[in-house]
Amino acid sequence: MWRINLWEGTELVVAEFHKKIKDAFEVFDHEANNTVDVREIRTIIRSLGCCPSEGELHDLIVEIEEEEPTGYIRFEKFLPVMTKVLLEKRYRPIPEDILLRSFEVLDPSKRGFLTKEELIKYMTEEGEPFSQEEMEEMLSAAIDPESNSIRYKDYIAMMVVDDG
Amino acid sequence: PASGGHSLLARISTHFTAFKAAALIQRWYRRYMARLETRRCCTWRIFQSIEYAGQQDHVKLHDFFSYLVDHFTPNSNHESEYELDYESIEVPDNYTGPRLSFPLLPNHATALVEAFRLKQQLHARYVLNLLHETRKHLVQLPNINRVSTCYSEEITVCGDLHGQLDDLIFIFHKNGLPSPERAYVFNGDFVDRGKESVEILMILFAFMLVYPKEFRLNRGNHEDHMVNLRYGLTKEVMHKYKTHGKKILKILQDVFCWLHLATLVDEKVLILHGGVSDMPDLELLAKLDRHKVLTTEVVYEEAEGEAACEREGRAGSCPGAGSAPWAPPPGLPRGHRASRSSSIPCSCGPPWGPGAGRCRQQAGPPRAGRRGAPCPPRQKQAGKPGAPAAHSGGLEAGEPWPETISWSFQVVDILWSDPMAQEGCKANTVRGGGCYFGPSVTEQLLQKYNLQFLIRSHERKPEGYEFCHRRKVLTIFSASNYYEVGSNRGAYVKLGPALTPYIVQYQANKETHRLTMRQRISRVEESALRSLWEKLFASSLDLLGEFKKHDADKTGLITLSAWAEAVESVLHLGLPWRMLKPQLVNSSTDNTLEYKSWLEDLAKEQLSRENIQSSLLETLYRNRPNLEAIFRITDSDHSGFISLDEFRQTWKLFSSHMNIDITDDCICDLARSIDLNRDGHIDINEFLEAFRIVEQSSTEGDTSDCPQATNTDNSGCSKPSKR
Repeated sequence: MWRINLWEGTELVVAEFHKKIKDAFEVFDHEANNTVDVREIRTIIRSLGCCPSEGELHDLIVEIEEEEPTGYIRFEKFLPVMTKVLLEKRYRPIPEDILLRSFEVLDPSKRGFLTKEELIKYMTEEGEPFSQEEMEEMLSAAIDPESNSIRYKDYIAMMVVDDG
Repeated sequence: PASGGHSLLARISTHFTAFKAAALIQRWYRRYMARLETRRCCTWRIFQSIEYAGQQDHVKLHDFFSYLVDHFTPNSNHESEYELDYESIEVPDNYTGPRLSFPLLPNHATALVEAFRLKQQLHARYVLNLLHETRKHLVQLPNINRVSTCYSEEITVCGDLHGQLDDLIFIFHKNGLPSPERAYVFNGDFVDRGKESVEILMILFAFMLVYPKEFRLNRGNHEDHMVNLRYGLTKEVMHKYKTHGKKILKILQDVFCWLHLATLVDEKVLILHGGVSDMPDLELLAKLDRHKVLTTEVVYEEAEGEAACEREGRAGSCPGAGSAPWAPPPGLPRGHRASRSSSIPCSCGPPWGPGAGRCRQQAGPPRAGRRGAPCPPRQKQAGKPGAPAAHSGGLEAGEPWPETISWSFQVVDILWSDPMAQEGCKANTVRGGGCYFGPSVTEQLLQKYNLQFLIRSHERKPEGYEFCHRRKVLTIFSASNYYEVGSNRGAYVKLGPALTPYIVQYQANKETHRLTMRQRISRVEESALRSLWEKLFASSLDLLGEFKKHDADKTGLITLSAWAEAVESVLHLGLPWRMLKPQLVNSSTDNTLEYKSWLEDLAKEQLSRENIQSSLLETLYRNRPNLEAIFRITDSDHSGFISLDEFRQTWKLFSSHMNIDITDDCICDLARSIDLNRDGHIDINEFLEAFRIVEQSSTEGDTSDCPQATNTDNSGCSKPSKR
């Protein structure tokens, strides 16, 4: 009995994932022809609750692209790959406390903030560096103009609330 | 066993480096931005689908409007000439606005810009005079305007302005005023939606008269009196010019028909408003009588068309002979465009029924026979009062279709088409006119006429411009913040002798620069969500019905998945509901929703004072954008009032068109309840207020008495019964 229920359960889950993926895809399918620009695929994957690194995204895209890349991703190829990602719960989002800890690593003297220059340095020279545009956008929201620094605890709290 | 979080934490403390910390932060941040971007796209989609749904509504109602226009507007038999007699209009001494004298000089035009910037209004006499001179000038000009960069060193092309004067002023400020060295081409859609269409027209026409060689205007699909009825220009004119508005509208109608259809730069760059079809014929376009195309609205011509078909014995082009209907079945959303390429059964029922109509083949694949059943745009009538509209110039019963029909299509295509990424060319069912044209169609056009690229407008783009078809098509859109502050940039393009496009973007609202992306998105999103709430509310009863279908066990709960399905099946907006769920559904335990209380919450958001449960009012509320237009048509002498009788007649027609079941008694009651001051006449405010439409601009509406409550108390008027 429980075996049958399990099977049914998985089918339902998969069906639900399919709908979710389809909806997310459609947001960016500007011509309603079941294709999206490859540059939007990263956004789509992230909007489905995944939080992959750039490197992981790159590998994923290779799986999804056509053998001869056209600049477009077709839904037929995207769906099975993404379903698997969701089923396997890959690229889980980062919990708040981990995020906080990451900032604290960059602030070893435990001041509670990072200066603008420090933030820029870390974000553009370490990890998977930001582009200039990304950096500017982050600064515009994160930096407290009076102190020219980011109080990261407050920043995280603000962003997380916003995320809904 | 340690949870995933714990072991990760442990790893962090021992192996963490700045590198890894940074990578984590970046990863998190990118995801955050992606979600913002998704919200932005969703918001955009909401606006678009509501707008397109509105447009489809419009198409559906068009035959009703045509009928109204034919039967309610007084015979315009004396369309012969415009006895404008503007000369007899007195300008009072205390008039402080700009004064014009003809022939116009450059400083007159500049003075107009300045005056409008200071929110002055041009006196009706000068408006009429200017329009008269404009028409005189346009009549001599060809359909296709030819410009050369030899004379002006640079040409600036601007796209849709849609009554947004701020953007026009900004463009002149940033790019410079028109001059012999600075040529301009404005690519249509100067009017509607924005609140300063009149001022824009005055400025554009004035500069055109002052610099006839360097300042050109192409016609857009909104330079059309039928479109203006619904989208705002008519209303704006009547509001600003109460006495002479009608005259102004009349001559404006004519002026629009005389505008250029296209502009050619150095014989290499073609500029037109919408797009092209796969049967472009510039020679034909240059020769045709553009003045005959009064309006390019898609026309339903059921009764007439069918009859004509029978007479002609044209089985191939008749409804029911395997071709697909021109109009999409009611309610098909934009998102489902692709699936419509297969043929849809043609329902040609009785006249006036929704879905009935002249058939025009709708092809996914090859478009042979697209012209199978021509549906000519409405053209100037021979002035037969009261006769069913003879929609093609001079077509008599039994006559074979003249050549003129096919060229009308060229005009419709030019003003309404949109490019698409897919190959091919298919009917533009979303707009109800023109086509979607693919890259090879563009290629074909460019090769046939030895052109370099095409500039067009007609579609709003977040960045104000967009290249497509391998950079052979440039869309340029000049109305920034089109939906809402922060929603999009505007742009214009400059061409020098090398004809390399140089794009300038802007956003005419200073506020937006100071907002972060996050703030910009939430403001626009709020606006979109408000519109969506309204739509949901208007369909409350239908939604309840759908929800109940998913709740066979009557638990009062449905799954969120069922919610998404139900909402889509009622609203037909083609929106990704699961993505929007967080903004629309407040909280949900697990995966379920208590739908009744959700609907109640909806009502609380929308309700001003009354219990609007009746299906009739909901239907009206849903068709709100049409109500104003209906009022304006019914008010044929533009007096600002309609009689109770006119109201009743109009209402009967409307409800039969829209398949609303309503008794005569109900209509009488409605009419009486609307006439608030009991003078036997209904003015537009009573008309609108009665249906509880609160214009976004006026916030005093809430403080006035609740009309229906008062009426119910005083007149004993009964509300229409619930379904």
